[in-house]
Amino acid sequence: MIPAQFDYIAPTTLDEAVALLSQHADDAKVLAGGHSLIPAMKLRLAQPQLLVDIGRIKGLSYIREEGGQIRIGAMTTHYQIESSARLREICPLLPEAAGQIGDVQVRNKGTIGGSLAHSDPAADWPAAALALDAELRAVSSKGERGIKAADFFVDLFTTALEQGEILSEIRIPIPKARTGQAYLKAAQPASGFAVVGVAVSLVRDAAGKCEAAAVGITGVASKAYRAAAVEKALAGASLDEKMIAAAAAHATDGIDANGDLYASAQYRKHLAAVYARRAITAASR
Amino acid sequence: MAEKYVGQRVKRTEDPRLIQGLGHYVDDIKLADMLHVAFLRSMYAHARITSIDTSEALHAPGVVAVYTGQDVSSKIGQVPCGAALPDLKVPDHRVLATDKVYFVGHPIAAVVATDRYAARDAIDLIIVDYEELPAVIDVEGAASNSTVIHEHFGDNIAYKLTAGEGDIEAALASADHVVKQRLVHQRLAPIAMEPRGVLARYLPGEKELTLWSSTQIPHLMRTQVAIMLGIPENKLRVIAPEVGGGFGSKLNVYAEEALLGWIAMQLARPVKWIETRRENIQATIHGRGQVGYIEIGCKNDGTITGLRYNVFADMGAYHQLLTPAIPTLTGLMLSGCYKIPAIQMNTTAVFTNKMATDAYRGAGRPEATHVIERAMDMVAAKLKMDPVEVRRRNFPTPEEFPFKTATGLFYDSGNYVGALDKALEMADYSKLRKDQAAARKDGKIIGVGVSTYVEICAIGPSAATPAGGWESATVRVEPTGKVTVLTGASPHGQGQETSFAQIAADALGVDLNDIAVVHGDTAIVQYGIGTFGSRATAVGGTALVLALEELTKKATRFAAHLLEAEPESLQFEDGKFSTDGKSVSIQEVALAAHLARNIPADMDPGLSATRFFEPKNFTFPFGTHIVVSEIDRDTGDVKLTKYVAVDDCGKVINPMLVEGQIHGGIVQSIGQALYEELVYDDQGQLVTGTLMDYAVPKAAMIPWLELDRTETPSPVNPLGVKGVGEAGTIGATPAIVNSIVDALSPFGITHLDMPLRPELLWKIVNNAG
Ligand SMILES: Cc1cc2nc3c(=O)[nH]c(=O)nc-3n(C[C@H](O)[C@H](O)[C@H](O)COP(=O)(O)OP(=O)(O)OC[C@H]3O[C@@H](n4cnc5c(N)ncnc54)[C@H](O)[C@@H]3O)c2cc1C
Repeated sequence: MIPAQFDYIAPTTLDEAVALLSQHADDAKVLAGGHSLIPAMKLRLAQPQLLVDIGRIKGLSYIREEGGQIRIGAMTTHYQIESSARLREICPLLPEAAGQIGDVQVRNKGTIGGSLAHSDPAADWPAAALALDAELRAVSSKGERGIKAADFFVDLFTTALEQGEILSEIRIPIPKARTGQAYLKAAQPASGFAVVGVAVSLVRDAAGKCEAAAVGITGVASKAYRAAAVEKALAGASLDEKMIAAAAAHATDGIDANGDLYASAQYRKHLAAVYARRAITAASR
Repeated sequence: MAEKYVGQRVKRTEDPRLIQGLGHYVDDIKLADMLHVAFLRSMYAHARITSIDTSEALHAPGVVAVYTGQDVSSKIGQVPCGAALPDLKVPDHRVLATDKVYFVGHPIAAVVATDRYAARDAIDLIIVDYEELPAVIDVEGAASNSTVIHEHFGDNIAYKLTAGEGDIEAALASADHVVKQRLVHQRLAPIAMEPRGVLARYLPGEKELTLWSSTQIPHLMRTQVAIMLGIPENKLRVIAPEVGGGFGSKLNVYAEEALLGWIAMQLARPVKWIETRRENIQATIHGRGQVGYIEIGCKNDGTITGLRYNVFADMGAYHQLLTPAIPTLTGLMLSGCYKIPAIQMNTTAVFTNKMATDAYRGAGRPEATHVIERAMDMVAAKLKMDPVEVRRRNFPTPEEFPFKTATGLFYDSGNYVGALDKALEMADYSKLRKDQAAARKDGKIIGVGVSTYVEICAIGPSAATPAGGWESATVRVEPTGKVTVLTGASPHGQGQETSFAQIAADALGVDLNDIAVVHGDTAIVQYGIGTFGSRATAVGGTALVLALEELTKKATRFAAHLLEAEPESLQFEDGKFSTDGKSVSIQEVALAAHLARNIPADMDPGLSATRFFEPKNFTFPFGTHIVVSEIDRDTGDVKLTKYVAVDDCGKVINPMLVEGQIHGGIVQSIGQALYEELVYDDQGQLVTGTLMDYAVPKAAMIPWLELDRTETPSPVNPLGVKGVGEAGTIGATPAIVNSIVDALSPFGITHLDMPLRPELLWKIVNNAG
């Protein structure tokens, strides 16, 4: 619980930060809120030689609307998102998910960018990012690019970010009218992380039927995923109890579920269906 | 004694400094030139050490010294075991492993460096060659396991013991039914908020060693560490500064404490070690760890005829201070609050490749209470009786006290029916049962659980304890009139700085703020035993009462002399001695006694008194806890929807402190019932070695606790107090489990082992195998 030796630099611009990263390549790691990285360093699971703290860079922490999108700076804390009245109005899934992360201290320090870049298989943000069709903007010394959430999570603690890339912004299409959303989670009692977390964003047509649904699920497998079979079953369906349950039953179709001391694979799969049902029900209210 | 403070909800005088971060724990104490220690600990549960190479570590930056078992084993004595039992096997317990390691976390080497980080870095440079051995993990199988941990013992049995009175065979034979059940008390980690920590300083000129340690027992530690280091006890000073919780885990003498002292003496520089949370979970004592078999006999009317409990008790790899004694406390308390004519406990205590178990809040009594309270529910289920009725039928009446049990105890006082009835009324029990029946019709899974418990406190008569069961107190009125109380009990979060000040302020008629309660420093405070076994107020508080009485007597004689009156004619009220319209305050008396210009010829100057209290018996607090639980059919999640507790801890000095103790105890019980379990895999790896895996309950997991009390004074001490530090962990666990088992009774469930994780309950409800 005592980290190995490391150096620390806190650049004040994104350009400096990416320059540092390309200069130090393998040896450097970005430090955001530190609430995943520092615990890993204390256990010596991570031993970076240099921490590039991006917390002093101005202009990485914001929530704004632009070009039909919600744009959230990577350094925006969970708490800032949780407490945004505007987001609660236009995209309630974000504050709802944020409010279920860890405890107040964690939410005050941890950032959405850090969580997404970390890609913990039990983290909450990946499910939300998937369900919201987020685009993740990555900046490096070579320039800037966008990565679709669906392509971003590669595996356990592995993302599509390349060496030297910093996640700078999360872009989310502003949800259409008649969108319903929910995030529900079964929290592991020790860590608070998701045993199962289900993010739902669905659009209803004028008659109240489901026009389209996006369902992101975390905690179950080695990475968060879109529950395509659930989405398919929901598309065009009337959102009654039976239909919802039938759709939710596909929550883990084709998924290799994790099992551990707290929850076996079988139980996790079952929970995924239950939470999917509950989250779809909540979103369709 | 006018009771201005005693009985009042006086706010803890400790808290302002603690909540402002102004308290001083071991880690807050920094000495010039201080070095830091880190330990290399075994990654294997059981292995032979074939070689250790420390050369690279020794040359690492900042490293001052590296010590291994070879360096110290002939220099430092054994880690002490204070428990004495017939034919007890006590393994050789060195401060560092020598040829073998016995559990994950077993200390192998100590690195001393200029800072914590350098010390920790150098740990990775020590090269140990291990020859891995099979690990003995299963408690029931340990006795017959062909792998023997301490080879010269021949097997893994630490001791076998049969206890109890009455003809158990006849008692069970005479029963209409005998209910049998296997039952597991899982291993738990005490998880004090502040982990252990030691700072040692040696002054070579004065030949004085000072140890600051986060401990519950500074004086006992002084004696033991002096013996381990072979230094004069009067040259060792132990200071327990602010201690951030212990729960029994700091009622011990650990290898690290002696070792730090020894290192400070070698290097003549202060050395500090602060335990990490990972070390805390691996290598600070664990609690519970029993697997037992219950046989309980009952008549058709619910009368209990006898109880047998055959138990395998997990000692871990070594004995710490009280390890083997813990199951004996289970044996003593098996009768619960019932008249049971015959009780037998057969203990097989075994060594396993795990950290030692020892006293964790409740220490053997939660196990006993769980056994008897689960057994009473199983009897009720068998007889289709209400669990409350079965309990009621077997209670002794208040007139039957002192009540003798078949475990050899005399319960001091009790009114079990009183506490039960009060709790039933608070919970509206008959309505709960009606609501439950209605809810079941609606498909809900709801249970009501009751536990009526009794526990043993105020430990204890010296004859029944390994190192003295008395306690000490000194009271001084200083020349300026301020009052100093020195208590040998070493409170560490319980709030005796407040409650003892309340007692003293009332006795002397002085302001609460004029009293300082000093504890935890062997150079300042007279020898004392410490705080554990819910003893500090019942034993230490009584010593204080005795000292206050003696001091008041002395003061009366001084005052009579000053007022030129007979001592008998004096009234002492509100801090003033008066007679015939003349008066003198206790502060004036104290000054006159110190100046000694005009005192009786046969009296010594100054105003102080020291007294010791040796209790004649233990005390036996009791109570009733009632829990309503609801299980989510879809997920198996448990919600505790109602929690009612009526506890009787005798007379109450400060209701707020009592409530705080009950709250904390119930929370730890909820932890045991629903969440907590130390899991070692087959290789002896600790799977739940961090707080990311080991689930300590958080505030949001705790229901609203409706508390009340009955007050049955103890005849054992003049305060009438019993003790309350452990009641919550003793009474609550079975109430929670009983409630969940009750909820699942329609599914044919009569017993479940803790922790009651959702998956287990979901499987039962959904028959998913
Ligand atoms: C007690 C506790 C409970 C928690 N509970 C939960 C929970 O319930 N749910 C949950 O989802 N999470 C939980 N977390 C994790 C928390 O949300 C973290 O804040 C989050 O996972 C990481 O964000 P961070 O800003 O702290 O990132 P850091 O820890 O600073 O970084 C994490 C990783 O991402 C990299 N990184 C960070 N920012 C960027 C960036 N902009 N570009 C590229 N790489 C970057 C870092 O190099 C590092 O590898 C918990 C954490 C703790 C300590």
